[in-house]
Amino acid sequence: MRELLSSFLAGLGQGSVYALLALGFVIIYKSMRVISFAQPALMLAGAVLVSYLVGPFGFILAVILGVAGTALLGLGIERTVIRPMVGKPVFVVAIITLGIDIALRVVINGFIGTDVRQVGDPWGFARVSLFGVTVQERYIAMFVTTAVVITVLFAFFKYTRLGLATRAAAFDQETALAQGISVSSVFALAWAIAGGLAAVAGTFVATGAGIDQQLWIIALKALPAIILGGLDSLGGAVIGGLSIGVVESLVATYQLDYAPWLGDNFSVVSPYVVMLLVLLVKPYGLFGTREVERV
Amino acid sequence: MLAVRNLEVVYNDVILVLRGVSLDVADGKIVALLGANGAGKTTLLRAISGLLDVHDGEVTKGTVTLDGDPIHRQNPAKIVRLGVKQVLEGRRIFAELSVDENLRTGAHTNGSHLRENLDRVYALFPVLAERHKGTAGYLSGGEQQMLAMGRALMSNPRYLLLDEPSLGLAPLLVRQIRDLIVEINKQGTTVLLVEQNATMALSVAEHGYVMETGKIVMDKPAKELLDDSDIREFYLGLGAEGATKSFRDVKHYKRRKRWLS
Repeated sequence: MRELLSSFLAGLGQGSVYALLALGFVIIYKSMRVISFAQPALMLAGAVLVSYLVGPFGFILAVILGVAGTALLGLGIERTVIRPMVGKPVFVVAIITLGIDIALRVVINGFIGTDVRQVGDPWGFARVSLFGVTVQERYIAMFVTTAVVITVLFAFFKYTRLGLATRAAAFDQETALAQGISVSSVFALAWAIAGGLAAVAGTFVATGAGIDQQLWIIALKALPAIILGGLDSLGGAVIGGLSIGVVESLVATYQLDYAPWLGDNFSVVSPYVVMLLVLLVKPYGLFGTREVERV
Repeated sequence: MLAVRNLEVVYNDVILVLRGVSLDVADGKIVALLGANGAGKTTLLRAISGLLDVHDGEVTKGTVTLDGDPIHRQNPAKIVRLGVKQVLEGRRIFAELSVDENLRTGAHTNGSHLRENLDRVYALFPVLAERHKGTAGYLSGGEQQMLAMGRALMSNPRYLLLDEPSLGLAPLLVRQIRDLIVEINKQGTTVLLVEQNATMALSVAEHGYVMETGKIVMDKPAKELLDDSDIREFYLGLGAEGATKSFRDVKHYKRRKRWLS
């Protein structure tokens, strides 16, 4: 039982990182109808930025500056590369984001070098006992931070003028324009938010083991998360991310005992197996928006 | 005053839709713009409110001026800030947002007077106040039209461009919308009303324009338009002096329209 709980909590922690990344995907998708494959590079950029800033500024300030910097990077990408392509087929834009991802990662790899970089987080692999269940501190930090970030984000979309404008523009761009909403700033905002979220996620992914050149692969786990949750649902992205994290963690704990024939490290691919199953049963995901229609 | 002078609009670089349209909307009036499908009415509204870009159209000649300052090169957000707001054809409410949220998006450019504008709109449309927390997509057609108009009024515009507010509504609702347009006008908003329902539009407007194939073909006070024999026949569906008529006369190629204004 303890083992189960501990594995579950670790999964929630890891899953909240996936949730942050998935939110970035969904926010860009909702505003532009494009899946941005540049998220892994943005995540890596955020983590590397934090690893360079942590020396002079300390961890907390470094994370804040890193998030701001990566948000600016996202904004810059939107302004320079994506903006001229608005109105072109969605597929073209998606492929361009793939190109951005590769180009950006090559540049960032130059900053990583061959050694593993540390983000200088205060947690490392330290463990804490929570009601008798042992959990790594960093997983608790991930979960709590993500909860706060998501609460702020949802409040932003629900109550602020700009958040409402974003939702309106996501629903119907021409009508949003007719209300005086600047749709181009909405696009820019979406990329900035996605960049900021990716930076937070990147920092947490890098806690513990540090940053190497393969770290970006973790960001791809956000894809099963958004497909599980539904491409255009913010709540779905969160729940999808958490579920993927828990599934992965549980498989890692129990698969070798119960299904050793699947081989080592099956947990790494388990999110994608979940994704395939979801696509078979519910192609729009669990929470993909159903059309609001009058009868 | 909102004035359009010799406006030419081209879509996709090749399709000439407006060919030298001129039109005046004087402050405080209701002006009707009539015309058949494809005459260019909606294009004219888009040119005024800056929404041509979305449809790959552009103004190639002529001007749209607001109190003498050209606005046809401005972006839509700027034009809304200047007080010109369009209610798009087909209502186009944000179906997934609540009624309240829809109205708040309308106040995007004028957030400081949100409370009083909200009160004004709810006073104009009590139906909306009843359902202010409900999902907008579940409103009836007439309520959605009211929501679209209310949303436009949330920024307290000087000029309201209404594109076919009676589209797809029952006669009783059309009458209600008509009364609301008069009321909105009384409260100080100038209205440019684009309609296919000519009877409704001319009954409230002071001045009317008739468009055909991208040109203004008639430009008269609404009363004179109502008496015009061509308008009576082609837009109001009345024969000369209300007489029964032979089908032969209705045939389009037999009875050519002649605009001698």
